[in-house]
Amino acid sequence: MNKTWLIIQREYLSRVKNKRFLILTFLTPLLIVGLIAASIYFSVSGVEYRKIAVIDPNGFVKTSLKNTNQINFSFPANVDTSNYIQKGYTDILILPQFEKGKKSDYILRSQKSMGLMLQESISDRINSAIEDQMLQDAGIQQNVLDSIHKASQVAELKAYEDKGSSSKESNAGLAMGIGYASGLLIYMTMFIYGAMVMRGVMEEKTNRIAEVIISSVKPFELMMGKIIGIGAVGLTQFLLWIILIISLTSAAAGFLPSDLQSQVETLQQNNGTMAGGMMQASESAQRIYDFQHTISTANWPLIIFCFIFYFIGGYLFYAALFAAVGSTVNEDPQDAQSLMFPITMPLIFSYIITNMVTQNPNTPIAFWASMIPFSSPMVMMARVAYGVPSAVTYWELALSMLCLVAGFIFTTWLSGRIYRTGILLYGKKVTWKIMFKWAFKKA
Amino acid sequence: MDALLSLQNLKKYYATQKAVDDISFDIQRGSIFGLLGPNGAGKTTLLRMITGIFYPDSGNILLEGTTFNPMLDIEKIGYMPEERGMYKKMKIGEQALYLAQLKGMSKAEATEKIKYWFKKFEMESWWNKKVEDLSKGMSQKLQFVITVLHEPKLIILDEPFSGLDPLNANLIKDEIYALAKKGSTIIFSTHRMEQVEEICDHIVLVNLGKKILDGSVADIKQQFKENNFSIEIKAGSSISSNAIFTIINDTDAKYLIKINEGYTVNNVLQHIIEQKIELIGFNEVLPSLNEIFIKLVEGTHAGARAFQNI
Repeated sequence: MNKTWLIIQREYLSRVKNKRFLILTFLTPLLIVGLIAASIYFSVSGVEYRKIAVIDPNGFVKTSLKNTNQINFSFPANVDTSNYIQKGYTDILILPQFEKGKKSDYILRSQKSMGLMLQESISDRINSAIEDQMLQDAGIQQNVLDSIHKASQVAELKAYEDKGSSSKESNAGLAMGIGYASGLLIYMTMFIYGAMVMRGVMEEKTNRIAEVIISSVKPFELMMGKIIGIGAVGLTQFLLWIILIISLTSAAAGFLPSDLQSQVETLQQNNGTMAGGMMQASESAQRIYDFQHTISTANWPLIIFCFIFYFIGGYLFYAALFAAVGSTVNEDPQDAQSLMFPITMPLIFSYIITNMVTQNPNTPIAFWASMIPFSSPMVMMARVAYGVPSAVTYWELALSMLCLVAGFIFTTWLSGRIYRTGILLYGKKVTWKIMFKWAFKKA
Repeated sequence: MDALLSLQNLKKYYATQKAVDDISFDIQRGSIFGLLGPNGAGKTTLLRMITGIFYPDSGNILLEGTTFNPMLDIEKIGYMPEERGMYKKMKIGEQALYLAQLKGMSKAEATEKIKYWFKKFEMESWWNKKVEDLSKGMSQKLQFVITVLHEPKLIILDEPFSGLDPLNANLIKDEIYALAKKGSTIIFSTHRMEQVEEICDHIVLVNLGKKILDGSVADIKQQFKENNFSIEIKAGSSISSNAIFTIINDTDAKYLIKINEGYTVNNVLQHIIEQKIELIGFNEVLPSLNEIFIKLVEGTHAGARAFQNI
């Protein structure tokens, strides 16, 4: 055990001290934040202003077609498809003669083609203008119509999950986000750290140090030392990321104007409303509060506990298999590709299931995939995000965890047997059939 | 008899061949022992069983009179495999320290020993270098240091001189003598017979998984002697083959003869004196280990064994 500890230390320190680890650890979150910022920036700055000339033979959409900050509708005379560009319009919209109950096409001609979102938005506006016109034709006053429109926008869905006598606010969007993110993170780390274990084993084998070390420690100790050491690297990386995220968000909060901060605090104290008599909360304060409130509906301690459990369990499960593959590879790293296939397939398959489960956490396939150790680390995380015990019962969670523990004990045992034969065997091309033989032969 | 290590009826069969087939021998404490054999004879398998990497299918290994227990006895052994291996990216000092600690040394003790050996071998400046920066001979020296660092009772060296220049080979050779003198027992596995003849006290030759020769170098040479002698006579005179001896080779006035059966050295001398030939030198020629090796192994198709099924 003492020697395993030495091996763990070496595997851990040699990686953590490496410059690549530091760069990867600090660059990855920056990269993610940068990507998000960039996509927001481009979606904001990429907005184009459209000035649309509308030719309306019916004459009734004029009052109902609303302008936005992106689209400006105007109804000029003497504009047609041949001259709208010269007159300073970006597009021309030609509405047909409207006939009741008949579907008809309207035509949009543009200098530059229009994005799908914008097209849908224009289409919606025209249809609602037509709807308004029909309602007015049916005798509803314009002001009544306006007040109905305004009033019908106030309802907002708030879902609660019942837990015995008490009920808790739930948020499917958040659950989906957490489930998807943690499933993806586990999927990626299985690959990254599993491959790291495999490369480490291959390195020891191909540069022949394995024989020197195995004359000092048992092969199983060497394998376990490597797996645990690299797993600790993974946990360190997560820990650093969590610290980084917390410090970045609190630093970002410090940059908010102080009146905004105090408004958010008031909202927090009063469960989302400003105290009576006080001014209305500003839109941004409300948004920040809503965001914080949504985040707080999730059961974070449970999610973090489950994440760490499933990361460790899944990692041990797959890393052992990767180590077994690494031990059978000779000089040619390409051999690893074909041997890795049976390991990467279930991983990819689990990821696909995870994507489905983030939307439907309670299908039979979701249940079984969250029990089988090949897929449970990813799939169960996607389900746990929907809440325990509302989406996943406690016994399901316990059974899944138990299966995973049994699973990694089995793969570690299996891989240990393959590894101890493979690590000292050179010049023989190993297939899964041979590995199977090694695993189950006597002593 | 004080045997440090005795192997009793060791067997290890692989699916396709009998790698080690019933081999027994003893190795005396403080001796330098040569384990010889052609490629694929089963030497590496034998060494791996002695180092506890492999378990024998049957038979016993006794270390200092008690059954070898890989868990406990591994620290008494230093093993330098034929294929040298190091972590290429790791600093040399850290690497030596790590491997020494795996052999059960404390960090302080290991550091002290490494410094001692590095100084002795003029390697002090290497501490912060990486193995990938070393030449083959340099990493060989490092490997040797790592092998003997924890003062093992049994040192196993598989081809320790390959890739070393004569200067460094001598350095290592002297160290091997010194370690043996201090009481370490050394198993030395090689194909280079002239080195064996020079260094080893006792040898075992294995071929096709079986022991075919076991004894001290001097005894074995006696055992395989072929009654060959070298004769040097005064320039200008000559001798020729006759009933007493046959000339195998002659250059100028030096002859290599083989005494025919039924005759002795005295018969030869008498013959020469009777011929009134002036004798300058007369020596017995013992076969070299190389010749013995070739004689024993040739024709056994040892090399083809790897691809045969039993």
